Amino acid sequence: MDHPTNSGLYVHLPFCKTKCPYCDFYSVTDATLISAYLTALNTEAGLYREQFPGFDSLFLGGGTPSWLGEAQLAGLMKNLRRHFTFAPDSEITIEANPDDITAEKLTLWRDLGINRLSLGVQSFDEGELRFLGRRHTAKQTEAAIDLIRAAGFTNLGLDLMYGLPGQSLDGWLKTLEQALSFAPEHLSCYQLTLMAGETPALRTPMARRVARGEISLPDEETQREFFLLTANFLTARGYLHYEVANFARQGPQAGSLCHYCCRHNVKYWTRTPYLGLGPAAHSFDGRRRWWNFSSVKKYCLSLNAGEAPVAEAETLTPEQIRLETLALGFRTRAGVSLATIREHPGADAVVAALTQAGLVRVDRERVIATLDGLVVADRLPLEFGD
Amino acid sequence: MSNIRNFSIIAHIDHGKSTLADRLIQWTGMVEDRQFRDQILDTMDIERERGITIKSNTISLPYTSDDGVEYELNLIDTPGHVDFSYEVSRALASCEGVLLLVDASQGVEAQTVANLYLAMEHDLTIIPVINKIDLPAADVDGVKEQIERELGLDSDHVLLCSAKEGIGIDEILEAIVARIPPPTGSAEEPLSGLIFDATYDSFRGTVVSCRIFDGQVKPGDIIRMMYHGTVHKVEETGVFRLTREPRKQLSAGMVGYLIAGIKTVSDTRIGDTLTLEARPAAGPLPGFKEVKPVVFASIYPVGNDDYQDLADALEKFKLNDASLVYQKDSSAALGQGFRCGFLGLLHLEIVQERLEREYNQSIIMTVPGVRYRFTLADGKVITVDNPLYYPDPSSIKGEEEPFIRTSILIPERFVGAVMKLCLERRGVNSRFQYPSPGRVEINFDMPLAEVIIDFYDRLKTITQGYGSFDYEIIDYRPTSLLKLDILVNGEKLDALSMIVHKDRVREWGVRVCDRLKDEIPKQQFKIAIQGAVGGQIISRSTISAFRKDVTAKCYGGDISRKRKLLEKQRAGKKRMKMVGSVQIPQSAFVAVLKTENE
Repeated sequence: MDHPTNSGLYVHLPFCKTKCPYCDFYSVTDATLISAYLTALNTEAGLYREQFPGFDSLFLGGGTPSWLGEAQLAGLMKNLRRHFTFAPDSEITIEANPDDITAEKLTLWRDLGINRLSLGVQSFDEGELRFLGRRHTAKQTEAAIDLIRAAGFTNLGLDLMYGLPGQSLDGWLKTLEQALSFAPEHLSCYQLTLMAGETPALRTPMARRVARGEISLPDEETQREFFLLTANFLTARGYLHYEVANFARQGPQAGSLCHYCCRHNVKYWTRTPYLGLGPAAHSFDGRRRWWNFSSVKKYCLSLNAGEAPVAEAETLTPEQIRLETLALGFRTRAGVSLATIREHPGADAVVAALTQAGLVRVDRERVIATLDGLVVADRLPLEFGD
Repeated sequence: MSNIRNFSIIAHIDHGKSTLADRLIQWTGMVEDRQFRDQILDTMDIERERGITIKSNTISLPYTSDDGVEYELNLIDTPGHVDFSYEVSRALASCEGVLLLVDASQGVEAQTVANLYLAMEHDLTIIPVINKIDLPAADVDGVKEQIERELGLDSDHVLLCSAKEGIGIDEILEAIVARIPPPTGSAEEPLSGLIFDATYDSFRGTVVSCRIFDGQVKPGDIIRMMYHGTVHKVEETGVFRLTREPRKQLSAGMVGYLIAGIKTVSDTRIGDTLTLEARPAAGPLPGFKEVKPVVFASIYPVGNDDYQDLADALEKFKLNDASLVYQKDSSAALGQGFRCGFLGLLHLEIVQERLEREYNQSIIMTVPGVRYRFTLADGKVITVDNPLYYPDPSSIKGEEEPFIRTSILIPERFVGAVMKLCLERRGVNSRFQYPSPGRVEINFDMPLAEVIIDFYDRLKTITQGYGSFDYEIIDYRPTSLLKLDILVNGEKLDALSMIVHKDRVREWGVRVCDRLKDEIPKQQFKIAIQGAVGGQIISRSTISAFRKDVTAKCYGGDISRKRKLLEKQRAGKKRMKMVGSVQIPQSAFVAVLKTENE
């Protein structure tokens, strides 16, 4: 086994004060489970210290990691550093909700080495925030961002959502304008998506409302308009549209175009190895992917019994690797290398046809989705046969 | 010979022919109950599923009558569909009598009548049997009356049964012995045997089913097929039990099989006469006909690499189905394939289904058509069954198409709707008969081309299932034709080209464009579908491109799920045909044929 030094570590903290009606991530609202969970997490980390000795990115995701108490988070970080080595310039991100932000927490986070914040803003419209079931108000968000800046965080990402029922393009532009007034280094703009769910019970409360016909999402054409507007607007304001939903401000040093791109998330799209700890977390070592039980209880039970809490694993075939490379590559500004594309028979003709249609461009031996291509990025891999 | 009875069961579809056969087999102790399965003679999955008999089977039933005499009852099963009426006629020619089975709730239907006429042509003893008398909807008296009025048979001698419940089976067996005459003929005469079926056995070659009228045949004999002219040495003779049972010989009156090193079923002709090379019969038995296909369609493999596989499958298929004819065909859109000729639409469907299910072929079948006749400027007459070879319109001096005479039997209240349907389908020369109160038989002369696509389905729908339909081909009549081409993004989809009557071309153009619009999935590019006659566009539809299709979030936990979805989509795409840059699913070719209400 090689020992990659540029791997990423993801830690899932599946605890939320309340569940948002649109969210299908695994999380629980019972805070009493947290301490037992952190113990189990420490055990799990220990299982991988040989396989993943060093990282240069850490992402504390959730759930709501910012909900964790100071001592809990400090203990977690201490344990992680005990098991693994982090490169000196590591990117360490925490996901936070505006209503959790306090000056004390921010100071602690800085002390723990956290240098990037991903703030779950979602919207600056009070009506939309209520519709989304968020606990915070726009005012709280503004106050939180001021505190974050005051605490010296220079890498702040804001998460926003669009394509909400009844939302207008103008309304969305207003939210974007307001977000830009804080000059965030990073923006993630997600279209509201209802995960299908195999049975009604698996659907989110919002998906059930849509199924009942109480609310409806924008049609395909409107969704397209939202997407294009977002991309054009943010690009015009100097943000780099480096992945379908992600935008980064130009960095301070010349030459590093993507200084503020999320180093950790880029690993998912470039198929760089990552270790995911916690329930439902996915890990990848370059060939094999595995994921944990989506249950805190099951997760803890397994680890207490000395077993890895792995629910399932798969070893990718070369064809699956090619398919993932296409699917992920076309989502990003980096695109897919021509050499990889040419592993598919008849690729040149397909590239020519897609170029003709304005969906991709070829730049320095890479095939990159244009903006029109990004809107339909999920179809692009299917153009290339195996 | 006096202890032999040769008989068939004839019935309209679904009136219980296979179930009655099952019961007779069980009653005569041919098979133990625990080995029994339904429709025991129907060996193909499709036969069991659709409840029809496609390939006839024959079985010899040993039976001891009530007065203690032992008989050999030869049940010659017949295919239950108009497409195979020639095969039915040869089977009936091998019998002395038939059980005419009528459903107690459905009554007399078109095929009941058609089959009865066939039996009468062969001077057979007819035993009417009313089946399904246990059903709540059974109307025994009404059906008896129909049998008397519509079929002209004496209803006093009608037998009643429920094949399903095993009621009345003893009476049927006794009636077979008592009413059907034994075969006549002499074992001393020169051999004269009628071939009524042939099947393929991968170890033994062709197994010929035959009825011996005169003489005898045994292993070692050199036989001659009197029409086909071929000569073979007999290897084995025998009778059909549940499996083949060899006998030292077959002699006058018997029904059985012979194996004679005949490589394929196509080397035998159903209806041909067997005789001995050394001592031939004076002449062949009457009624021989070369079976000619009337419905034509092309078959292409879905994958271009699968052409050879399909060729092999067709060759194997043909071993057992001599009525399928095919030759190479080639389409700019679909590549290499085969133009096939079928006995009718059901035959076409059966071939398609069996190729897919039994031979594991993934195929595209084009719109079926008929064989047209063109008189050209230079006086030459040509026949065209493939739109690919539609002659240059400026060179056409005369056009003709095959006509059929329909026999449609319906309750009187549906006359208006059925008339309308037949007139829409260019029916002419209508004649009505009232075989019994409340029931009408409608005869139309109609172009065959108008009934091969969705006519029967439409008839069933508008008559709420009560309409029955039969037809015979009568002649060729002058017509006026056009060739309709379908263009996808300006490229001709030649596999969808068709020869259509000029009054119907616009309707077809619109229909095909609409169906393709529903069936071809959205793609990266806008797709224009057009119907064209010559250079003129007569219909169009458009499929818009994908406007948005991209997952909002794709992080570590989403990748496997995303890939699995792509793998599924990719597999679906593989089952499509690329025409230019457009992917066309197999279903698009099928959809063009479906009725609107489906």
